[in-house]
Amino acid sequence: MFKRLSLPDAPAQKTVIVYFDGRQVTAQDGDTIAAALLSAGVEACRTTPVSGSPRGPYCMMGVCFECLVEVDDIPNVQGCQVLVKDGMQIRSQHGARRLG
Amino acid sequence: MTTHDLVILGSGPAGMAAAATAVAYGITALVVDEQPAPGGQIYRSIESTPLKERRILGDDYWHGKALVDGLDDPRIDYRPGTTLWQLTRRLEVGLLQGGHASMVQARHVILAHGAMERPFPIPGWTLPGVMTAGSGQILLKSAGLAPSAPVVLAGCGPLLLLLAVQYLRAGIPIAALLDTTPAGQYWDALPLLPGALRNSRTLLKGLGLLAELRRAGVRHVRHVTALEAEGEDRLERVRWQCGNDPEWHCLTTPLLLLHQGVVPNTQVTRALDCAHDWDERQLAWQPRRDPWLATDVEGVAVAGDAGGIVGAKASAMQGQLAGLGAAIALGRVSEDKIHGEVKRLRRDLARETAIRPFLDVLYRPAVHWRLPEDETLVCRCEEVTAGEVRRMAEQGCRGPNQTKSFTRCGMGPCQGRMCGLTVSELLADANGQSVAETGYYRLRPPFKPITLGQLATAAEDTSG
Repeated sequence: MFKRLSLPDAPAQKTVIVYFDGRQVTAQDGDTIAAALLSAGVEACRTTPVSGSPRGPYCMMGVCFECLVEVDDIPNVQGCQVLVKDGMQIRSQHGARRLG
Repeated sequence: MTTHDLVILGSGPAGMAAAATAVAYGITALVVDEQPAPGGQIYRSIESTPLKERRILGDDYWHGKALVDGLDDPRIDYRPGTTLWQLTRRLEVGLLQGGHASMVQARHVILAHGAMERPFPIPGWTLPGVMTAGSGQILLKSAGLAPSAPVVLAGCGPLLLLLAVQYLRAGIPIAALLDTTPAGQYWDALPLLPGALRNSRTLLKGLGLLAELRRAGVRHVRHVTALEAEGEDRLERVRWQCGNDPEWHCLTTPLLLLHQGVVPNTQVTRALDCAHDWDERQLAWQPRRDPWLATDVEGVAVAGDAGGIVGAKASAMQGQLAGLGAAIALGRVSEDKIHGEVKRLRRDLARETAIRPFLDVLYRPAVHWRLPEDETLVCRCEEVTAGEVRRMAEQGCRGPNQTKSFTRCGMGPCQGRMCGLTVSELLADANGQSVAETGYYRLRPPFKPITLGQLATAAEDTSG
C-alpha cells in the first residue's frame, strides 16, 4: 500500500528491527508502529470484537482507534501514537481486548 | 500533586503561540502533546521530515519552523509523547507519559488540541486500504511514505487538493481525484467571494493548487454523487456515480484516501461539560467562548481549530490571544495595558478568517454524504449501521445517548469520535428536530486507554 520515497537529500535514518506476530519488520527510527507496519505491507492489524472483520490504520492521528495492537504484552496500544523501538514485539489484536 | 500556572494541551500552531505569548509575561507553561514531536498535524515532523526539498510540502508547511523553535524557551516545559487522559472542572490534569500516569494541578488551561477529519461514512470505509487524506499526509511528512500504486483520492476540501499536489510534486501517481463538491455550491459560494478577497493570499493558493492539478493532467472527476469501496478482506475497487447519471464507474486500487473537511475535536470540552453550540455553516459542534476564547468553565480557554475551524495561521493568532487571556487571568498584566496589541491581533484575525465563510459554503459536504444509506456502517467500533440508528429513532430515541444504550453505537474504543457527528445528524433528521436539540454523546474520562495499575499511581499524586 505504501512505499518509502527514495529522497536523495534525506538524512540517513537508523534502521530499527521490530516483530509483528513473530515476523521481522524493518522500520526506521522515528516511525510510529502503524507507519512501520504500513511500510512493511501489513494491511490489517486487528479484527473487530463484533464481526471479526479485519481493520487497519485509518486516521494516523490518534482519533479512530483502528490501529490498536498489543505491544510487548500491553494490549490496546494505539499504533499510530507510539514510536518503534528495537526488538519491540507487536501482536495483532483479535476480537475484544484482553484485560490486563 | 505539583501546581502549574498554565497547562497547554497541544503543540500545534495555537498551543505553541499561546506558550510563547504567555512566557513573555513571566508565566511558566507546561505544554503537553500526545505526538512525539511538536507542530501539530499541520507542521507535523517539521524538524525531522525526510522531505527536505521545500517545494514538495510547500511554504505554508515550513512557515511553522519559527513557532517550533519558540518551544525551546527554558520557561516552557514541553512534554511530547504525553497523553491527556483526564481534565476536571477543578483543573486537575491527568497525564500519561511512557506508561506512567500522573496528576498535576493547573491554575489556567488552554486547550489547543486541534481538529480531526469529518467522518466520511461510505459503504466499505472500514476496509483496510481505505484511509483518510490526513493520514496520507501524516505518513508523507513523518516517514516519507507514499502510495506504492496509483492512489484514488475522494471527497472535497482544501486538504484533499493540497495532498494531491504534494503527491504530484513527490512524483507519486494519482489514479483519480473524485470530487464530491456539489455542483450548485460554486454558485452558493460566489456571493461570499468579495469577503474572501480580504485573505486573497489563501484564495490564490487554492487556485494555484487547482491549476497545478490541471497542468499535471490528473484525472479530476467532478460532481461525484455516490461512492463505494469494495473488496473481500481489503480494498480492491472504488466505484462511483456522477451527477444524475445512473452509470457506475470503477477503478482498481489498493488505496483510497477520503476527506470531507475537518471539524473541531470536542472530546475534551465535552467531557468537561463546556457549553457547545451547533454551527450550521461548519456543520460541527463548537465550544461556546467569550472574546478571550474562554469557555464557560472557569480557567479553561480553547484556541485554534479545537474551537471552530479557522486554519493554521488564525490558530496561531488565537493562541496569542488565549496566551494574553492567561496573562490577565493569572494577574500578570492588566487588560488596559495590552489594549492596543489585542486590537491589532483581533483585526489580523478577522482578516485571516475572512475566507472561512466562502470555504465553508463551497466545501460543505452534501446531505447524502453526512446521512448515509441504511446499510452503511456509522459506528466503526461497534459496527452499527445508519439503518439501526434510524430504527432506534422510530422506536423513540431522541438523542445519541439513548441510541448508545440500546445499540452500543459510540461505546467502542474511539468513544464516539468517528460516529458522533453522523449519529446526531441522523437522529435530528429522523426525528424532525434540530441537531442542537438532538445533542451529542455525554463523554467521560479517561479520554484514552489507561490501565488500573497506571490509574493507581496517578491516585497517589492526588492523595499526597
